[in-house]
Amino acid sequence: MKRDIILSGVGGQGILSIAATIGLAAVDKGWYLKQAEVHGMSQRGGDVQSHLRISEDVVYSDLIPMGQADMILSVEPMESLRYLPYLHKDGWLVTNSKSFVNISNYPEIEKVYAEIKKIKNHILIDADEIAAGLNAPKSANMVMLGAAFAFLGIERNYFENAIRNLFGRKGEEVVNTNISAFNAGVEFAQQYINK
Amino acid sequence: MQKQLLLGDEAIAVGAIDAGISGIYAYPGTPSTEITEYVHASKEAKQKGILASWGANEKTAMEAALGMSYAGKRSMVCMKHVGLNVAADPFMNAAITGANGGMIVVSADDPSMHSSQNEQDSRVYGKFANVPILEPSNQQEAYDMVHYGFELSEKYKVPVLMRITTRLAHSRAGVARIEGRKQNDMSLPSDLRQFVLLPAIARKRYSMLLGNQAGFRSESASSGFNQLIDGSDKSMGVIACGIAYNYLMENFPQGCPFPVLKIGQYPLPVNLVENLADTTEQIMVLEDGYPMVEELIAGLLHRGIKVSGRFDERIPRTGELNPNIIARAFGMADNHGLPSPELVVGRPPSMCVGCPHIDSYNAMNEALRDYSKGRVFSDIGCYTLGALPPFEAINSCVDMGASITMAKGAADAGLVPAVAVIGDSTFCHSGMTGLLDAVIAKSPITVVILDNSTTGMTGGQDSAAFGRVQDIVKGLGVEPEHIRILKPLKKNHEENTQVFKEELAYNGVSVIIPTRECIQTLNRRMREKFKNKAN
Repeated sequence: MKRDIILSGVGGQGILSIAATIGLAAVDKGWYLKQAEVHGMSQRGGDVQSHLRISEDVVYSDLIPMGQADMILSVEPMESLRYLPYLHKDGWLVTNSKSFVNISNYPEIEKVYAEIKKIKNHILIDADEIAAGLNAPKSANMVMLGAAFAFLGIERNYFENAIRNLFGRKGEEVVNTNISAFNAGVEFAQQYINK
Repeated sequence: MQKQLLLGDEAIAVGAIDAGISGIYAYPGTPSTEITEYVHASKEAKQKGILASWGANEKTAMEAALGMSYAGKRSMVCMKHVGLNVAADPFMNAAITGANGGMIVVSADDPSMHSSQNEQDSRVYGKFANVPILEPSNQQEAYDMVHYGFELSEKYKVPVLMRITTRLAHSRAGVARIEGRKQNDMSLPSDLRQFVLLPAIARKRYSMLLGNQAGFRSESASSGFNQLIDGSDKSMGVIACGIAYNYLMENFPQGCPFPVLKIGQYPLPVNLVENLADTTEQIMVLEDGYPMVEELIAGLLHRGIKVSGRFDERIPRTGELNPNIIARAFGMADNHGLPSPELVVGRPPSMCVGCPHIDSYNAMNEALRDYSKGRVFSDIGCYTLGALPPFEAINSCVDMGASITMAKGAADAGLVPAVAVIGDSTFCHSGMTGLLDAVIAKSPITVVILDNSTTGMTGGQDSAAFGRVQDIVKGLGVEPEHIRILKPLKKNHEENTQVFKEELAYNGVSVIIPTRECIQTLNRRMREKFKNKAN
């Protein structure tokens, strides 16, 4: 069993917190992991991506081969489409619907959604709205993680532990908020698929 | 012990702490910065009294590391590949003086130029200096090689170069640590003239270095970091250097059918290369960066064994390797997902909202409207993004410090006024000497030192310039009435533009210093302040 995940977004959106949570869960389960990140110049509002590879067996390449990703997990809709060449034909595209517009030529959002909906396996979720509804606007990334959960091949308790480990020093309240955000994402994804 | 998830950079840092370094020196530069940052933030390093120090530039950092080695202690110095250009003088000569305490030079290359102005290959420098080179293929090897590298350095009394690339530097994986070793006691070289490179001594030292090459090669053959792995299909032999080995194995998950020579240490182990060449019909070389190994093996005339790689362009000559490039090189299926839809547009990096450089550029651009375009020489930092719309404010970015000296040269040629834009950290790195040149020549240039109190682009490391820019400029001889301090804020735009206009009109060296803290470090400081209050 292996999962190759492209995480994408815009510099400053915090995709690395998602990567860290999945990473902790995978390592806790005893899996191997490699995770390539982008640091430096591109972080200043540019497009950023992370290649996250988790597997029962040794992982060689830090980069995911084209066409082999099991998932694109994106916190920004247009960014999710940038990495389609990486996605396996049976892979999942899970993306936030909330756009991050810091360029003047950002495409019409409805056209972006239309492209996303062309992908056979996709989940389009307004993670920011769900997080705001939970009074946890900073937990949108955990909503996204929840939306991806069903396709990651790792049991739920590992994620709860990972969230606890990552946010523990910020207090019980922050941990619980993030777990609720994660759960809300899981629930949304179930309904979305069954629709 | 449970494995720790570490970036390649962090694995090197932890390796250095465990291997008993006494000090680590660096100038920040992507993708090397996190090595020194890790030691800087490490409680363990603090408890052990390990010094983590940002130097004014890579040259000063290298020399400090050499000084620590002279005193018998283990030292590490880290930089990005172009930083090694700055430190090339001490690097080349440290190979001749040799080391006393173990010394490792880490140079992080950036193939594909993710955050750099070129993709030079530091292995060429290692060969140039005739020192051993280590090139890890993964995070665990990076950790292990630091231990080994210090042993090697002390055995042969020579600095060792460790070459990594962006992909390893900024990728995380599990790393198992071994028991730490304590620091060396201070002990000076047994020959107190070892480091005196007067010609007579230098000749002797150089002969010793050359005499050690056979030893370096035999270390390469026996250390375990170079391995010949047999394969049944002898129609080809593969040499895979550093992380290229991972891309090879990614394509052959059941094992590579061809014999593979995995390279992690140089100079090349001649016997292993010979063995591979003698038993296979042709050789394919996989290496990130320059076709250094391929050219060495092929030779100028390409007679004898057939060798392929980046030099004969079986593999593209530029850019970082990846699993798909290697698949194509072996004629294997190169799958792709769907193409990215046309509506996906580029999202280049940009200056942060609230960045002081924005206000500085707005004022400068307005003041320059009275002059023809093409007179602004810039430097390396966040402000280089001023080349992009909406500012399109600068006309050069070459190397650290080049803004001031290029402006001087252009002014010498008649481009008056010429403008230099440089950050506070870059100014202290390599701008001060150029400003002195301009002061001595009374050049008609306007130097803008954007003082944001930090080394911004690499994430906010301490700047050697902190609180000193004005005094340095004054000390270098700039006339006090032409040193102008501004606060780059929108509300001061008119006033700031006026200052720019006045100094552009002055026929001599003027220095404008827009001073306001980087918005990123300011936010971080405020968050920490808030957190401390809350506790």
